[in-house]
Amino acid sequence: MADATAKPRTSAKICGMGHSMKRKEDPRFLQGKGNYIDDHTLPGMLWLDIVRSPIAYGKIVNIDSSKALEIDGVLAVLTGKDLEAYGLHWMPTLMSDTQMVLPTDTVMYQAQEVAGVIATSRYAAADGVAAVEVEYEAMTPVMDPFKALEDDAPVLRTDKEGQEDNRIWHWEAGDKEATDKIFDEADVVVREKMHVPRIHVASIETCGCLADFNPVEGHLTVYMTTQAPHAIRTVLALVAGHVGLSEEKIRVVSPDIGGGFGGKVPVYPGYVIAIAASVVLGKPVKWIEDRMENLQADSFARDYHMDAEVAADAGGKIKALRIKTLADHGYADAQAAPSKFPAGLFSICTGSYDMENAYAEVDAVYTNKPPGGVAYRCSFRVTEAVHCLERIVDTLAHKVGKDPATLREENFIPKEAFPYHSPLGWEYDSGDYQAAMDKAKEMIGYDDLRKEQAEKRERGELMGIGVCSFTEVLGAGPSKDFDILGIKMFDSAEVRVHPTGKAIARFGTKSQGQGHETTYAQIIAEELGLPAAHVQVEEGDTDTAPYGLGTYASRSTPTAGAAGVMAARKLRDKARKIAAHLLEVSEEDLDWEPGTFSVKGAPDKSVTIQDCAFAAYTNLPEGMEPGMEATNYYDPPNLTFPFGTYICVVDIDRGTGEVTVRRFVAVDDCGNIINPMIVQGQIHGGLTQGLGPALYEEMTYDEDGNNQAGSFMDYLVPTAVETPAWETGHTVTPSPHHPLGAKGVGESATVGAPPAIANAVVDALAHLGVTHMEIPIRPERGWGALRGEGGEGGWVVSVMGWGGVRASQW
Amino acid sequence: MARHNVTVTVNGEAHSREVDSRLLLVHLIRDELALTGTHIGCDTTHCGACTVLVDGVPTKSCTVLAVQADGAEIGTVEGLADANGMSALQEGFMQEHGLQCGFCTPGMLMTGTALLARNANPGEAEIREAISGNLCRCTGYVNIVKAVEYAAAKMAGADDDAPAAEEAN
Repeated sequence: MADATAKPRTSAKICGMGHSMKRKEDPRFLQGKGNYIDDHTLPGMLWLDIVRSPIAYGKIVNIDSSKALEIDGVLAVLTGKDLEAYGLHWMPTLMSDTQMVLPTDTVMYQAQEVAGVIATSRYAAADGVAAVEVEYEAMTPVMDPFKALEDDAPVLRTDKEGQEDNRIWHWEAGDKEATDKIFDEADVVVREKMHVPRIHVASIETCGCLADFNPVEGHLTVYMTTQAPHAIRTVLALVAGHVGLSEEKIRVVSPDIGGGFGGKVPVYPGYVIAIAASVVLGKPVKWIEDRMENLQADSFARDYHMDAEVAADAGGKIKALRIKTLADHGYADAQAAPSKFPAGLFSICTGSYDMENAYAEVDAVYTNKPPGGVAYRCSFRVTEAVHCLERIVDTLAHKVGKDPATLREENFIPKEAFPYHSPLGWEYDSGDYQAAMDKAKEMIGYDDLRKEQAEKRERGELMGIGVCSFTEVLGAGPSKDFDILGIKMFDSAEVRVHPTGKAIARFGTKSQGQGHETTYAQIIAEELGLPAAHVQVEEGDTDTAPYGLGTYASRSTPTAGAAGVMAARKLRDKARKIAAHLLEVSEEDLDWEPGTFSVKGAPDKSVTIQDCAFAAYTNLPEGMEPGMEATNYYDPPNLTFPFGTYICVVDIDRGTGEVTVRRFVAVDDCGNIINPMIVQGQIHGGLTQGLGPALYEEMTYDEDGNNQAGSFMDYLVPTAVETPAWETGHTVTPSPHHPLGAKGVGESATVGAPPAIANAVVDALAHLGVTHMEIPIRPERGWGALRGEGGEGGWVVSVMGWGGVRASQW
Repeated sequence: MARHNVTVTVNGEAHSREVDSRLLLVHLIRDELALTGTHIGCDTTHCGACTVLVDGVPTKSCTVLAVQADGAEIGTVEGLADANGMSALQEGFMQEHGLQCGFCTPGMLMTGTALLARNANPGEAEIREAISGNLCRCTGYVNIVKAVEYAAAKMAGADDDAPAAEEAN
């Protein structure tokens, strides 16, 4: 088993695990030869553009398409009534809710799709959109999730039989009674109310598709920006089966994807309209959303209002955790989460700390905001859980007068306690939290920073140090618990070695920048001893790739990566039999070094894996099935639990409240590492997508339901100037159940960074009485906190609570 | 709608097209000339995925009309590599892992190319400032900065000082 701190087991020529192999996908991306969705064209291709609602809630009185249809190049305008004729005006969400494809009578959020204009060019389609006249009768939207639960709130989902209020579901985990008892008897109880606001993945490539229905064959090919092509094909077959689109006649191809981060998991109405238009017109139809559509209508992430409490003894030993949460899902529960986990994996909220009990509950509500609930680079609500816990642990440290790092260390689950059973039901596979903490403190020079902070505080300068020791849960997941619309969350690999010893490996996942073409090749190289350069990796085409659930929630290495290992091991077993045949010895007499079988005691008597591959087609042992091909569908026995400690230093400008992240050290432990260069790149990117929500990113609405962050002018993502030079380190605690000891890493940093930054800001202001800051901590929030200094330090902060739409009850 | 004859030289090759007044330069490049390495990410000049060089100046082609580029020399990502292989900057991106999904990369490369043309040895702050109009959601920028430094070092002839290519661990 390879270990990133140890020398790789394979040579640089083979380039298995532990080598920082340069990426195989890079040359095409660097030379402008990537093949993204908007790069696809087909003969006779038409364009779809979408008419969207300017209001958040209202009745559609009339849609007049006549002027649009007079425009040269505009061929058709599709409305909800048109789709209704085919039974395609509604579709299921991945969480068994329903949402409109196009409305027949009511719009439920601003930017909702109202009609589709099909034209012969991009520009003509846009002209058509501008010319469609829609008359609305506006109604008062429900934008505040707390008000949505009040008795006099209008019921929004009148389309749902039996829906009498705006509640979607209630979820809870843990022993409430036992937890309450601990709280009643605790020496210390701290409480914080916090909002992890609505944000958007904002991948630089927006979403789109090219639907190509062949009316002669009755066959549909859809090129689309999807992280889960197989699941999408099955959903399409379920939704459109009644109009003749059965699954064998649907091919979904996911080409190069310009960033996914969870935002390219759902099925958006635009995809369905494009497909319907292609079926109706018998021509290829392309839909590419623009940035404003992407930000205003595509699935959001987060939007959890959490009321958290921790019970502890007087010394700060945590006894129990209690969290009450309100989840604003907008118009529909269109989350991309496993079916049995409506609140995702929020129950990881006990994190890295050993405690007696915990209780967490989430209530989900409908409002007049766009539907969704994707993960934004996290494993289903882990970010919300970690932010909540890591913030309130700091509050506890402040309350009992302990250094936040020390308090964490005193509460860590000890490494001897693994596998550890958490109070909310998880079995953590492995961990050594103190090792990560020690390394992070050493790298950043923690004790010296505390001295510097004390000196600066004397001089009136504002400097803060923030700590976060997170535990993630990812790799969904074991089939007994994890499914999406009933489909078990296994993943798959199919490996074929050609006669000349080169291979193709296909997977059920889909890379969006993670580098699967490289790391999967390294996995096969590690197991088979073929050079990774000789392993071609393919994903994303449902006609050729084995069935899998796709890439999100850091699941590719834990699931499909493991499937690649198991498939390769089947081939190695077969190769061993062939080697015994070629060397005329028994299998037991063979030693294996990556790439070579040799006879025990006679190492010069050997054959290579390439020799064995050639023999699989030319010189087989009697009775053996020819060929060199194996498939594995991997059902993981457990999830994986990566962890880490992040420490950051911020400086705050006294005059403006602006926060600058001066240093940020991230020590991650993702088990054994396949490609150190790629892992570090994933951490860098994740940290930046943690910096954004901590300091800048937020999707807000005014009380009339108008989106206030609908373009990159208002939705602020970090540039190179705000982003610090990230410093990374790692420890290695292998997963005991993953065949490579790997855990997955793509999202750890997005999860761990926001509380580290928020904790640093609060730490900088703590002496002014500030105990909590809501994210994103834009300058106005820091400035507001400073304005309250000397008197009611936290007062301004609490008033500035929720950004655009203020929650009413807290 | 009025039509105009536009002639542009892209990566050294002259092209003439009759275009609508409103055609964006990025659509001339992508849809008319089929050079799809230049991407579209935001429509509001913020993300920089559409950055090309117009007479050597990094320009966001999603907010320039094709007619405004009449007579201009345009450089796109497709013109960076030559018969000898990738440019020093392209090589730097590969060696330093300066790209992930690759969507922002062509714009980053064009901005970086222009930076190195006017400043052969930029410091970290200068590099960050130069690319601040190019958004990346994958890399966290650290390795993009290193890629530009790699290219500067290589172009200065200091190949031996370039960061080790293999085994970054």
